[in-house]
Amino acid sequence: MSGKMERVTVPINVTVNGVKHEAEVEPRLLLVYFLREHLGLTGTHVGCDTSQCGACTIHMNGRAVKSCTVLAVQADGVKITTIEGLAPEGTLHPVQEGFREKHGLQCGYCTPGMIMTAVHLLETNSSPTEEEIRHALEGNLCRCTGYIHIVEAIQWAAQRMRSSHVSS
Amino acid sequence: MSTEHTATGLIGAPIRRVEDPVLVTGKGCYVDDIHLPGMLHLAVLLSPHPHAKIVSIDTSAARAIPGVRSVLTGADISERVNIPAPMVVPGMKIPPHPPLARGAVHAAGTPVAAVVAQSRALAQDAANAIEVEYESLPAVTDAEKALEPGAPLARTELDNNVCFLSTKTNGDVEKAFAQADHICRMHIASPRLVAMAIEPRGAVAKPEPAGDLTMWLSTQAPHRARADLATALGFPEHRIRVIAPDVGGGFGSKGPLYREYVLAAYLALKLGRPVKWIATRSEDFVGVIQGRDQAMTSELALKKDGTMLGLKARVVANLGAYLYANTTTPTQRMMGMAPGCYQIQNVHVEVAAVFTNTVPTGPYRGAGRPEAVLNIERLVDKAARELGIDPLEIRRKNFIRPEQFPYRTGVNVEYDSGDYEKSLSEALRLSDYQELIRYRDEARERGELVGVGVSTFVEPSGGAGFESGTVRVERSGEFTILTGSSSHGQGHETVYAQVAAEKLRVSMDQVAIRHGDTLAIQQGVGTFASRSAVTGGGAMVIAIDRVVEKARRIAGHLLEAAAEDIVQADGGFAVAGVPGKAVTWRQLAAAAYGGRLPRGMEPGLQETAFFDPKRDAWAFGSHVALVRIDRETGRLAIEKLVLVDDCGVILNPLIVEGQIHGGLAQALGEILGEHMIFGDEGEVLTGSLMNYAVPRASDMPPLIVGETVTPNPFNPLGVKGVGEAATNGAPAVVANAVMDALAPLGIDHIDMPYTAPKLWAAIREAEAKRKG
Repeated sequence: MSGKMERVTVPINVTVNGVKHEAEVEPRLLLVYFLREHLGLTGTHVGCDTSQCGACTIHMNGRAVKSCTVLAVQADGVKITTIEGLAPEGTLHPVQEGFREKHGLQCGYCTPGMIMTAVHLLETNSSPTEEEIRHALEGNLCRCTGYIHIVEAIQWAAQRMRSSHVSS
Repeated sequence: MSTEHTATGLIGAPIRRVEDPVLVTGKGCYVDDIHLPGMLHLAVLLSPHPHAKIVSIDTSAARAIPGVRSVLTGADISERVNIPAPMVVPGMKIPPHPPLARGAVHAAGTPVAAVVAQSRALAQDAANAIEVEYESLPAVTDAEKALEPGAPLARTELDNNVCFLSTKTNGDVEKAFAQADHICRMHIASPRLVAMAIEPRGAVAKPEPAGDLTMWLSTQAPHRARADLATALGFPEHRIRVIAPDVGGGFGSKGPLYREYVLAAYLALKLGRPVKWIATRSEDFVGVIQGRDQAMTSELALKKDGTMLGLKARVVANLGAYLYANTTTPTQRMMGMAPGCYQIQNVHVEVAAVFTNTVPTGPYRGAGRPEAVLNIERLVDKAARELGIDPLEIRRKNFIRPEQFPYRTGVNVEYDSGDYEKSLSEALRLSDYQELIRYRDEARERGELVGVGVSTFVEPSGGAGFESGTVRVERSGEFTILTGSSSHGQGHETVYAQVAAEKLRVSMDQVAIRHGDTLAIQQGVGTFASRSAVTGGGAMVIAIDRVVEKARRIAGHLLEAAAEDIVQADGGFAVAGVPGKAVTWRQLAAAAYGGRLPRGMEPGLQETAFFDPKRDAWAFGSHVALVRIDRETGRLAIEKLVLVDDCGVILNPLIVEGQIHGGLAQALGEILGEHMIFGDEGEVLTGSLMNYAVPRASDMPPLIVGETVTPNPFNPLGVKGVGEAATNGAPAVVANAVMDALAPLGIDHIDMPYTAPKLWAAIREAEAKRKG
């Protein structure tokens, strides 16, 4: 490594949870650290350094993505939703409610990522089978729950979202 | 149907957790979420070598990087600074365990240098710029090999690799073996495992203006961490405040005071600035204490009819290269439960605890219990097969019977209560056992590898001395309860509030449970060993009883009635048999803090209790498994799994079930594929989630969870721990089922994990032997 280190930054425009942000970031900055350290959105967690655990899952333009695998500069012009923006303040998204109803979390560390993955699943498949749910969670590790209550939480939320869709 | 706001029927109700609204919205606060003004960041350079002399360290390039505030190596820190490891076993060797290596590294992952810089990335850049010259030394990684003559020394300061030898003997073992019709012999090893709490370790150290130190730690035991930190740094304990904020899982691995925690504190005090250190997953793979890695050689002496006469077991425990405060726990647990749920009074157990050039081991969910269950339950199954006795019959013949409790075992511990036959019968009923046997036999006829296994086991919970509880009635008549047992996912804020609300006859929202801050909480121990309900719950109930007694006397004074005539009522107290004559907790608090008290009574309405049950709580269970092994690929499928556990009185069935599910997932890891492997030279081969196989959602088998309830007479709530039940029982039951499946091929032993390549190779070898 050369002793001289030039700090280059790149401007980005990102919309996070409906709020527009302009920022200057180092090209190597990971999106997860931009969210956590620049925007203070600490609900998105870091659990590994090989993109396996899924604790950092967020939505980019509506798709569930591991934010430790994306550079902040790649989020330029992108709409991002994090766990903090999933439901209006003081309310819970049905998936968040389901996790509470079915005891789908213990330590809570993997939970935001799990929920973001589950929301994306239910947005693309409103009636997933148990197998489809387990498959969708392939990229999210939980060490506390054994996944059983997580699967039940997502089934509960799917049911809730279908019935609210019908009634509206 | 929620019962959260009624005062009765709370204990035993499946109440949703009060912790969850914060955690599901991302508002939890874990250590890495803490950001302080002026905070600096610590990065630590770890040794890639398992055993090496440090020839030189060149930190000049690191120091030259703008934004770097401090670079330390082992030579910069006093030799008095070490990770505390008490003399748990008399005479055990305690080699130095500095926070930064001094002259040599004895395991991969040993911290060699520390850098503090203005940002996390800069600190890492600078750590990477440090040049270390190592001179490789011979390494030993296998504990049994480390005992062989001429083995390399893992710790060159010592003259051999033994940390301690420990034995327990009872009865007349030699006579029992002399009288035996049959002796069953077995060698079995538990794989080394990684706890893998999803939140990596982390610390924030903040020097306070008056010279105090505040530390946020991802820890299971804040008070212990504080005491250990004081010892390590030679810093006054009463000037340290340790806070465990939200903690993202622990499973035993967040018990110790880690080297990096000491470095963060040391550097924060040195620089006068807050310092944060957050482990990467890769660092956790070589920095966190690891579990299991015990090799057991056993002999069981039996009569022809299956009566067990005596047991000998020799355990070789791999401690790794360095000792932490709780390193010896798994060996002690293993010894204390060697005879399992059977009447074996002639017992000799010995442990050789061995240093190797590997990551240190210590308690990981189960902590010696899964090893002990695996050993005795495999041994009993093997003995049954050798004697031609049914595996159920041999267990039933030797079970400790309900009327024998409390029962003193052959390793001199006393089991409190149990009904093992009832537990087994329930597991057989839920599994439809006879049908499983028929299914297996039919499959076997077709040449398929299908097996049925049973495991009946005991597991000690609690321990580690006291836990504390304080119950404070606030001026409003609401309750603050402080517990020394801090939660990291177990749901203490819910379960303790359930118990307290029912005992106090108030609604749960009038009770706040606080934990995890040594400034706020009286002395405490922590959460591990499935101890919270037993010890923390017990302490809280005793404190509640004391508050209720005092409040009853105040109520008598206010209501002008004898204290004996005062009874608890919803929301307060009343005079028995006199409708309308009542006082609320709010009125009682006003009297207690306002001086309207019986003559001579001290003001205030707050009580603290320290509870030490002085014995473990012995939970037990029976598990049944049906497995199938693909003959062509070696792939193991668990087709049915029935877990019946008895944790005494159930406080919240939802949470009990969650503990069993989670414990099972960790057992499945051990069964199916988790294995921390070191190469022959000691190099780390499974240092990331790319090659260490943690179970995923699709790995969970079909599961039936059942229960029996045998109250524990030795604590106020009648409870036993449940956090480790499935982790302890399930590896053995699947091992028995796998060996049953492979029995027609003449295979009688394979160590876990049962990966497809391992089973495939064993099947091929067995088939070749048969043909040959």
